[in-house]
Parts: sequence; C-alpha cells; structure tokens
Amino acid sequence: MAEPLIEIKNLNVDYGLGDDAVHAVSDVTLTLHRGEVLGLAGESGSGKSTLAYGMTRLLPPPGVVAGGEVIYHDPERGPYDVLSLTNNELRDFRWAETSIVFQGAMNSLNPVHRIGSQLTDVIRAHDPRSSKEARLARARELLTLVGIPSDRLDSYPHQLSGGMRQRVMIGMALALEPKVVIMDEPTTALDVVMQRQILGELVQLRERLGFSVLFITHDLSLLVEFSDRIAIMYGGRIVEQAPAKEIYTDSYHPYSAGLLGSFPALRGPKRELTGIPGSPPHPGFREYQTLVMCRAGSEFSRKGAVPCRRLYSKVEPGGPAGHADRVRFPPAVPEILRAVRAGPPGARCARCSRRFGQRGGLLAAPRPLTRVSTLEEIRWKPLPRR
Amino acid sequence: MAISTVDLQAAAGAAAPTPKPARRQKFRFITNTKTLIGLIILGFYVLLAIFGPMIAPYDPDARGDVLQSPPTSAHWFGTTHLGQDIFSQVLAGARGVVYVGLLAGLVATALAVIIGVSSGYLANTGGEALSALSNVFLVIPALPLIIIVASILPTVSNTIIGLVIGLTSWAWGARVLRAQTLSLRGRDYVDAAKATGESTWRIIFFELLPNLTAVIASGFVGTVIFAVLSEITLAFIGVADPTVWNWGTILFWAQSQQALAQGAWWWFVPAGLAIAVLGTALSLINFGIDEIVNPRLRNAGRIKGKSVRMRIGFTPVLGKENR
Amino acid sequence: MSYLLRRIVFYVFTAWAAITINFFLPRLMPGDPVQALIAKEQGQLSTDAVHSLYVLFGLDKQQPLWQQYVDYWGQLLHGDLGLSFTFFPTPVSEVISSSLPWTLILVGVTTVCSFMLGTGLGVLAGWRRGSWVDLVLPVTTFISSVPYFWFGLIMIELLAGPNSFFPSSGGYDPGVVPGWDIDFIGSAVQHSLLPALTILISSMSGWILSMRNMMVTVSSEDYITVAHAKGLSDRRVMLSYAARNALLPNVSGFALSLGLIVGGTLLVEIVFSFPGVGFQLFQAVGAKDYPLMQGIFLIITLSVLAANFIADLAYLVLDPRTRKEG
Repeated sequence: MAEPLIEIKNLNVDYGLGDDAVHAVSDVTLTLHRGEVLGLAGESGSGKSTLAYGMTRLLPPPGVVAGGEVIYHDPERGPYDVLSLTNNELRDFRWAETSIVFQGAMNSLNPVHRIGSQLTDVIRAHDPRSSKEARLARARELLTLVGIPSDRLDSYPHQLSGGMRQRVMIGMALALEPKVVIMDEPTTALDVVMQRQILGELVQLRERLGFSVLFITHDLSLLVEFSDRIAIMYGGRIVEQAPAKEIYTDSYHPYSAGLLGSFPALRGPKRELTGIPGSPPHPGFREYQTLVMCRAGSEFSRKGAVPCRRLYSKVEPGGPAGHADRVRFPPAVPEILRAVRAGPPGARCARCSRRFGQRGGLLAAPRPLTRVSTLEEIRWKPLPRR
Repeated sequence: MAISTVDLQAAAGAAAPTPKPARRQKFRFITNTKTLIGLIILGFYVLLAIFGPMIAPYDPDARGDVLQSPPTSAHWFGTTHLGQDIFSQVLAGARGVVYVGLLAGLVATALAVIIGVSSGYLANTGGEALSALSNVFLVIPALPLIIIVASILPTVSNTIIGLVIGLTSWAWGARVLRAQTLSLRGRDYVDAAKATGESTWRIIFFELLPNLTAVIASGFVGTVIFAVLSEITLAFIGVADPTVWNWGTILFWAQSQQALAQGAWWWFVPAGLAIAVLGTALSLINFGIDEIVNPRLRNAGRIKGKSVRMRIGFTPVLGKENR
Repeated sequence: MSYLLRRIVFYVFTAWAAITINFFLPRLMPGDPVQALIAKEQGQLSTDAVHSLYVLFGLDKQQPLWQQYVDYWGQLLHGDLGLSFTFFPTPVSEVISSSLPWTLILVGVTTVCSFMLGTGLGVLAGWRRGSWVDLVLPVTTFISSVPYFWFGLIMIELLAGPNSFFPSSGGYDPGVVPGWDIDFIGSAVQHSLLPALTILISSMSGWILSMRNMMVTVSSEDYITVAHAKGLSDRRVMLSYAARNALLPNVSGFALSLGLIVGGTLLVEIVFSFPGVGFQLFQAVGAKDYPLMQGIFLIITLSVLAANFIADLAYLVLDPRTRKEG
C-alpha cells in the first residue's frame, strides 16, 4: 500500500495556448499506490477526466500539458517521467503499463471491426512475435474473464448490448496485465444493477490480478463503497484527499460535503438530499478557484456570490488523524460570505462582482472579477435606483 | 493560424472569460480568416457586377482595328479576332455571372429549406415522399438535364438560366437540411415547445430555422458555386445567348475561333481565372462556416510565434521536446 | 438484405422518374422544332421513323396523354430512341452505342482513380494536420473551383502541341483503323491521357478535401482515442481505425455526387473533341438534334444509377452495420 506506483507532481493541463488558455487542471499532486483503488470524484467540469487524459497524453486538441511530472515507478526499469517519453516509448508504455476504460462505452469500440480483431491487435502491437493462435486464445480467455461467451469474438460492436461492450472494454484493458487501470466513469451509461454487477466483478478481478485502479466518477457514494482512498476535485484542483471512510464520515471541504449530500447512501439511515447550489465555475480565471469555494460553502445563492482569494492553498502536511494532503481553508471565508450577504440594505459590495455564475454565452464573455480576501477589504456601494 | 477566443470557448465547451477587457463578438464568423478572405473577394466581385459594365473602357461588342493582339497598354487583356477588347468583356460579363449565381442560389436554397425542413420535420408519408423526391433529383445528373432544358426553351435570358439552375439543383441542400432537422427534432427544446402547445409552423420558424442558419448558409454558397459553373458551362457550349456577355461566352468565342491553336492564351486565361477565383472565394466562405459548425476542423494553434502541433493521441507537453 | 432491397426499389423509382421527365420535357416545349426538322428531312424519312419521332416527342396531339405515355414506354423497351438528325439517318441508339464505350472507359477509369487517389491523399492530409501538408489545402481549393473544361484548355495549351507526345484532340490517330489491335489501342490510350489527366486533377481535389475533413471529424471519436491509448502503431490507427471509418461517408458521398462529376467530365470531352457521349451531346446541342439529346440524357442517367448501385454494394461490404445477420 505504501509503495507509490504513479506520482503526479504539480500537473497543469490547459485548453488552448498563451494568454487565452483555460486552466482546466491546476497544480495537481496525487499519488496512486501499488494495489490500491484511488477514487477521483468531482462534478462535471471539475477537471477529473482532463486530469486522467492529461497524465496519459491522450487529451484531444486544444488540450496541452502545461507543466508538471508524472512519475511511473516501473518495477523493472525504475522510476521515469511519462511526460518525457518519446512518442515511440509512450506507445510501448501505453496499455502495457497503464490501460484505460473510457467513459463512452458505446463509442469506444471501432464499429467496423470485429471484437476479436480489436482484442488481438493490441496484443500484436506490443508483442509482434506472438502467434495468431496464442493471441486468439488470449482474447477468448479475456472475454471469459469478464463473463462473455468466447464465441462473441466474431461479433461486431453493434451486435452487443451496452453492458457487454463495457465488459469487452474492461477485458481489453486487462489484455496486457497492466499495473494500472484508469477507469473514467466506466459505468455511467449503464443502469444501476449493471453498474454494481460490473464493479463487483472488477473488484474481484483486482484482487486476483493485483492491479491498481484510478477510478473517476461523480458518484461519491459509489467510491465510498469501492475505493480505498478518495480525492475530491473541484475547479481543476484536488481540494481534499482522505481514506474513503473518512470522507464519508468527516469531510473537511464544504464541497465534499455537498457532493456527498447529493447522493443517497447505500446503507444507513435515510436522509434528505441536499445538492450543491449554483453551477460549476468557468475555468479560465486564475481566481476562479476561490469563487468556487464560496459557492461550495452553500452559504448563498448564485446572485450574491463573492470572489475571495487564496482560500484553497493551505495544505497541512500530515494533517489531522495522520493523513497526508488534507486541505484546510482560512476561517475568514464564511465570515466574508456572511458579511456580504448581510450587507447594509440598498448597498452592494463594491469589489464583488454580481455577475458571478452568469454564463457568458458564445457572444459575450463575463467581466473579470475583482477580489476580496479579507473582511477589511469589503467596500460598500449604494445600489442604483430602479 | 492563431487560435481565437471563440475557438477556445467552443473547444472547452464553456464560455471562457478572457483576461482582456470583455469584447462582444457578435459577428464571430468574421473572425475566421478563411471566411474573411472569401467575403472580401466576394465583395470585390459584387462591386464588379454592379460597376463593371460602367467602367469598361470599351464597348465589349465594338470591333476594333487591332485584331487578336496580346495584352498591350491599350488592351490589358488583349483583343479578339474581331478586335473586341477582352478586358471590357470580362468586366461586362461579371454582372451576368453574379446575377445568375445569386438568383439560382436563392431559388435553390428556398426550395431546399422548404423541402428539406418539412421532409425532416413531418414524420409521415409526406415527409418520406419529399425525401425520395430530393434523392431522385440528387442522383439524376443535373448538368445534362440543365443543358437539355435550356436548349429546349425558346429564349434563354440570364433570369431563365438562373431559374432553371435553381429549380434543378436544390436537392443536395434539401438532403443536408433534412438530416439536420431530423436530429434537431428529437432535441429537448423542441419537445418542450410541442408540450407548451406551440403550432408546427411556429416551431419550424422560431425553434428550428435559427439553428439551421449555418447549414442553410453553406448550402446557399455551395449552390452559388454550382450555379456559376453551370451557367458558364451553358454559355461555353453555346446553349446560352452568345450575344449576352458572361465569362462562359468569352470562352465560347475563344473555343470556336480556335484561340488555342493560334496561341491566343489571353483570350481564355482571364475569364477562367476570374471563375476560379470566384469559386475559391465561395469555397473559403464555406470552409469558414464548416469550421464554425464543426470546431474539430480548426487548425492547430501557435504560442509565441512557435508552432505547437496539436496532435490527437499525443497531447503536446509544453517545454518538453516530444519526438 | 433489406438494405439492398430498399436501394434497388429506389433506383427503379429514380429510373422511372428520369424516363418520365424525358417524356414530359419535349411535350412542355413550346413550338415544334422537331416537326420543323421532320419537314426539312421529308422524303428521306421512312414512315416508321416518323412514327417513332411522333411518339417520342408527342407530336400526335390527337392521342390522350396516357396513351402517348404507354406508347412511349413500349418504344423505349424496344430500344428505339428515334433517329439522330446530326448523324442522319442513323438511329440514336446506334449513335450512342458507338460513343458510350469511350466515355465509360475514360470517365469510369478516371473517376475511380481520382476517388482512390484523392481519398488516399485526404487520409494523409487529415492525419498529418498542422504540418506542411496543410499547404496542400489552398491549392486543392483553387483547383476544385476551376471548371473542368477550362482546365482542359490550359492542359492543351501547356502540354499539347504540334511536336508534343500528347495529341490535343480526337480519340485515336486518324491514320489508324479502329479494331482490337495494338496500334489502335495504343493510339487510343495516347489520346485519352490528357483528358484523363484533366479529369483526374480537377476531380481529385474534391476528394482530398472531403476525406481530409472526414478524417479530422473521425479522429476525435472515442475509438480513435482508445486506439492511441492501446499503443497501436501510428499506421494502424490511421488506416485501420480512422481512415476505415472516414471512408464510409466518403463512399456514400461519392455515390451521391456521381451525377455532378459526370456532368463535369462530359465537358472535358468537348474540349478534347473526344469521341464520347459528352462531345456528342455538344454536337447535338449545336445542331438542335433533340432525339439525340434526349437519348444521351437517358443513357447518362441510367449509367449514373448503375454506378450508384455499385457504390452502394461497396458500402454494404464496408459497413458491417448495414449487413444484418439472419
């Protein structure tokens, strides 16, 4: 457990270049240990998938890895930075060390080729000397492993159901016995029964084969059940990391609490679902992270949102209960929020934008926001009369 | 090509705020370099169509003393076997070309919208029949049909040629619009409009058509290209009235007077180039529209003068040399 | 095989529509140019020939329309398309059958070559996007905007001439007797090279552009990302995953635009005085030879339909989703 397998260090992933770049993943540091299931949660647009595709250099244009390292601890060759590999080295690295089960089960398989040829071509690419019979035998074995009759090798993807396609993808991911399997919302397109069934099988497979899993989903309750450790992403940053149980019982970050509150727990007493008010932030501001925090506090509705600065960056090394990487917030935040909300009637916060949360649309970009980081910085301005 | 803000907004799936002062981008298709170049050239041609015949230095029909002369300072594009000034003929011909192109484009686009949208929206036998009709018109070779129709007609003015081309070349646009309408019909906002009891025509005009603008525009431009080429072809093979100047007429006379065999390149090169540049301009406009509709088609970006190649499957890592 | 059946029904319907258009067009024609021509050739026409022209052009006003239509069909099924005035008194069917092989070979071979070459180059242009290959685009855009026939003129100006290897006109050397011997075939091939090159270059650019755009669109599909993630070779991802899928819409696009392409290629024949259907259409238009024009339109349409059907068969082979098991 303690042995690191992949260390992501200060990873930055942008969409676009130069001044116009949108920082979708900012300064993420995350470690996946040997044999563990690490859950990565966050709502849509929090950057969790971008992180997974960025670290494997699979992000489509205009995605750009803007900085950082992804250290892979190869049991045979020792640690190296995946981002520094040449394209050919990266090709060899892919699937043999790290495989991925993708979000879109429906479109992950090439529609014009049979399942069999899609399972065998990856084996051939990494082991050109293998015989055709050996590859076919392995493909049959993989299908059986994920509970599909091996005569389905001759089927085309459109002849399989969604659940079967996702099983094929999982089988394909295990083809080369990789050390890491990244699962990007592997079951969102499936119904709940199928979800549980497939995940249950996956856990069994992991116990048998011993790979590590980076499990990405927005379904925090699923993660609490299936993962060892959970990292919460918000606005492109990791805002909290803790063992799964602890996130469930004692989450630090207001957003984690909000995320947890939006899903029914599988066991335990019934409680009211709360949800998270507002919509996720637009990445792009250096400051947006702070805006998000304010929203995540669920203290206020969209209209009165306050931009506040430097709320997130306090990492407590070896924080409470002896866990690394827990994030704390300066206590001033709730006070600022409360102060702004309870501001004098007929006045508004001079340096807080009211336009936060308003979508810019395609034609108009929202104005940049001014910042307030302490109570003293708040200035009041009379509201214009109607 | 530099990546503009718009590119990124569309690509990131969200409206990205810029650090620069906010600037409303109403006419965002202008920011596309290809469309802009295309529109500028097209504007030049429209000006030619309006003023060309007025600024022509000679009467295009008037015979001169200098027979079949290469370009000189008096005759920029040379003269014909009758001493007519080719430069004046090209100028005078612009009007007919642009007029027929626009007329045919309008007629065909109107038909394409009516037939395409209704066949896509009306999910009944009527819709199917309209779709079959447009498929039939799509498969039947249009140019031979236009040639026969035009040669059967007793008079062939520009207007008639424009109408004939327009009436026979709407099928492609109708097909594309039908496909697009079919995909829009299932969207939630159309269902919502139906549920609130909006009339079919209101849904078509206010919910569907605004979302089809780009497709309609590109269909229009495509038809104009086809119409211009067809019209010039008709004039070239002598179906159109050979006394009305357009660029095809010039080529018709050049061909029938054996300009090629006599090495009179100036006779057919300017008219052909004029057609090709007009066609290129229209294609550029269409590429721009395509790129707005389909952001995947946009080109890679640059950073600080250095090009970073955006490559699918191998995300560039800034500051590291990936081979 | 319901897909195939649907296509066959569609082609039969389209053929019927084309023939019906052909039936009505001359009947909508104001004045009677054919009558005038018949009058001019009076005495040289047999009564049978006059009758068949009457049926084709609806000159017999006494008969009800449906009767005219039935007679028209009856005559078509006998292969009687009337007499050509340009090649008087040869029947239209004979005139066309002498020119059709020339066109089928020239246009058929070059269209297929241009599709394959253009698609291949489009695959590269789409896959190597953002590199120097992008420079090909402005050139191809320009070429695809040039009318085929004008491009032919330029080719003649640049490549043909009194001392050139390329003859500027005709289908074969006047000194050669047509027949299946080396002299004739060699001469025919030599004469077809320049027209073929013209068609190839001008129609290929369209395929490059459309295949490139298809490649770019397909490249962002999930299964391409999966293929990259699997560490497959660049070649395999490009050909077996991206190009193989991008080919499908390009093939159906090929089928749909055949009508347009054929129209353009026929004009190249005019420029080169190539003894094909297009050049004959040109002569027929010049001579106001309506029976020949109508016959040519019918033959072109039927050929395009046949080519379309072949393209459909190709699509059937290429896309497993249209093949239903059982």
